[in-house]
Amino acid sequence: MTRVMDAPRIVTTKPLVVVRNVDKNYGSVQALRQVSALVYPGEVLGIVGESGSGKSTLLRMMNLEETPDSGTYTLDLPDVSGNLFELDRFARRMLCATRIGIVYQNPHHGLLMRHSSSGNVAERLLVAGERNFATLRAKAKSALAASEFPLERLDAPPIELSGGMQQRVQLAKAIALEPALLLLDEPTTGLDVSVQALVLDTLKRLQQERRITMVIVSHDLGVIRTVADRVMVMRRGEVVEAGLVDQIFQDPQHAYTQQLVHAKL
Amino acid sequence: MSLKSLTKPWQPMSYGFLDASAKRELRRKMLKSVAVPGCQMPYASREVPMARGWGTGGLQVSLTLLNPRLRVKVIDQGADDSVNAASIRRFLALVSGAPVTLDTLGADLIQSRHRIPEEIMREDQILVLQVPNPEPLRSVQPNMSIARQMHADADYGRMWLQLYEQIVRSGRVMQGAGYPSLVNGRHVMTPSPIPRWDVPKLNMAKHLSILSAGREKRIFAVPPFTRVEPLVFDDVPYRVEDHGGLTCSRSTAKGFFMNEIPQVDGSSTYEVSDSSYGVKTIQNREGDDVEFGETWYKDGEMTQ
Ligand SMILES: Nc1ncnc2c1ncn2[C@@H]1O[C@H](COP(=O)(O)OP(=O)(O)O)[C@@H](O)[C@H]1O
Ligand SMILES: [Mg+2]
Repeated sequence: MTRVMDAPRIVTTKPLVVVRNVDKNYGSVQALRQVSALVYPGEVLGIVGESGSGKSTLLRMMNLEETPDSGTYTLDLPDVSGNLFELDRFARRMLCATRIGIVYQNPHHGLLMRHSSSGNVAERLLVAGERNFATLRAKAKSALAASEFPLERLDAPPIELSGGMQQRVQLAKAIALEPALLLLDEPTTGLDVSVQALVLDTLKRLQQERRITMVIVSHDLGVIRTVADRVMVMRRGEVVEAGLVDQIFQDPQHAYTQQLVHAKL
Repeated sequence: MSLKSLTKPWQPMSYGFLDASAKRELRRKMLKSVAVPGCQMPYASREVPMARGWGTGGLQVSLTLLNPRLRVKVIDQGADDSVNAASIRRFLALVSGAPVTLDTLGADLIQSRHRIPEEIMREDQILVLQVPNPEPLRSVQPNMSIARQMHADADYGRMWLQLYEQIVRSGRVMQGAGYPSLVNGRHVMTPSPIPRWDVPKLNMAKHLSILSAGREKRIFAVPPFTRVEPLVFDDVPYRVEDHGGLTCSRSTAKGFFMNEIPQVDGSSTYEVSDSSYGVKTIQNREGDDVEFGETWYKDGEMTQ
């Protein structure tokens, strides 16, 4: 059986994200090898793979934090054009600050731990030029509420919060400006199973209500199965298989994917 | 032509203390800082006979600008009579031959620590402010190379975040002296640790202000008629210290920035911080013929 690799469900739509033939080496480590990925508007793309397979590296590329050795990246958005890897530092910063949201695996990476939680969200709005205190506060509140963050802790610094709450602050920050693309790097890793389920519920709800295009990275197949429409399997910096979640889970083609799926069952 | 005719008589030190190449560098950096208002220019801060942190940055600028035709005034926290102000004034006069004054109206060049005089400065006057910490981003970005990038990108969101945090924590903006301000709509600067009261005086001022940090080796400037806007939220107005209604216990001057003098019974009395203005007020009451300039504040309210 041959497999159509990319989203047969929505063939008529133009992809929002097109990443092509990305290579990235760190010294002698090949972190990414000829990686390509498409993400369609409104869908959730899951990326799975064992630790060290290059998932986070790919996500950092999509957030324009790093430049690959070769490859291209385009976003189908009004007034965004060309290969985004070629943008200068300022243009990248503005694009990331306004159009792309990211939730890091480690909240210390994405948050100012000693500022207030609402301030962490407000920062994102400030970078985009909002200068009204009441508006900042209202928008920060509504983003935190959408992330199911308890509003009575609005001004508590993340350092005093649990891991699950910290991830909700990161999520609120990421969605505060209604991003075109939301990137999530292992957003539930390190959380209790019950908390994990709650965070995943929030993500699913957000996805259903706002149709935010998401890329979610996890080494946990269960997480991907819960939230993703399509999945990309990575191993040692390469994409070994991609397809609809149900297809991949019920009928994995590549030996590595079979191994992953069966290990999970 | 003899060799002797080409040389100058021996002198114990260079004119104005600094050597010619030091002064040339300072002049170039001053010009640059006037060309890009509010942008910090690095310079090779020289040794002067005073410890770093005591106004060596301001001193070097004054030494470069002074000549015997310019009258100089030195202020320390509003006062002309502090030890530091008196020593700097005497040193400047000694090495440049410049006459000195205590009167704001009579000065061509005013070197000041932490205050701007209450009388409006004119086009023909220069204000030199001593700066301990020239980098307004230091509190939000300890890495100075990233801070420079932030200035280049006009990436000042973190400055407003700092204000946001203060309002959330304390219900109001807590930033006191050295209130960060946007110069000419482009660069955020610290106006040196002047009180909030003095910052509006810099906006569209007729005089040139040069700010210099000797220890940190940075010069920046506010040229005449340049916008200086304290960073605020649209809906949280800028507020100056509540001194408008206070009266000076010695001179009876009213509506100016005051020094608070705590009393043994726990209360406070106030003295006008601009000592020269206080002295003029007293002399005037005693019937002397004194000339007052227009003041930036009238009845405790900023006039423009
Ligand atoms: N900044 C870096 N410097 C050097 N090596 C790196 C760097 N980032 C990632 N790597 C290497 O690239 C490979 C992929 O890493 P990563 O993308 O973090 O994998 P994953 O997120 O799938 O666990 C690993 O071998 C890792 O050690
Ligand atoms: Mg990772």
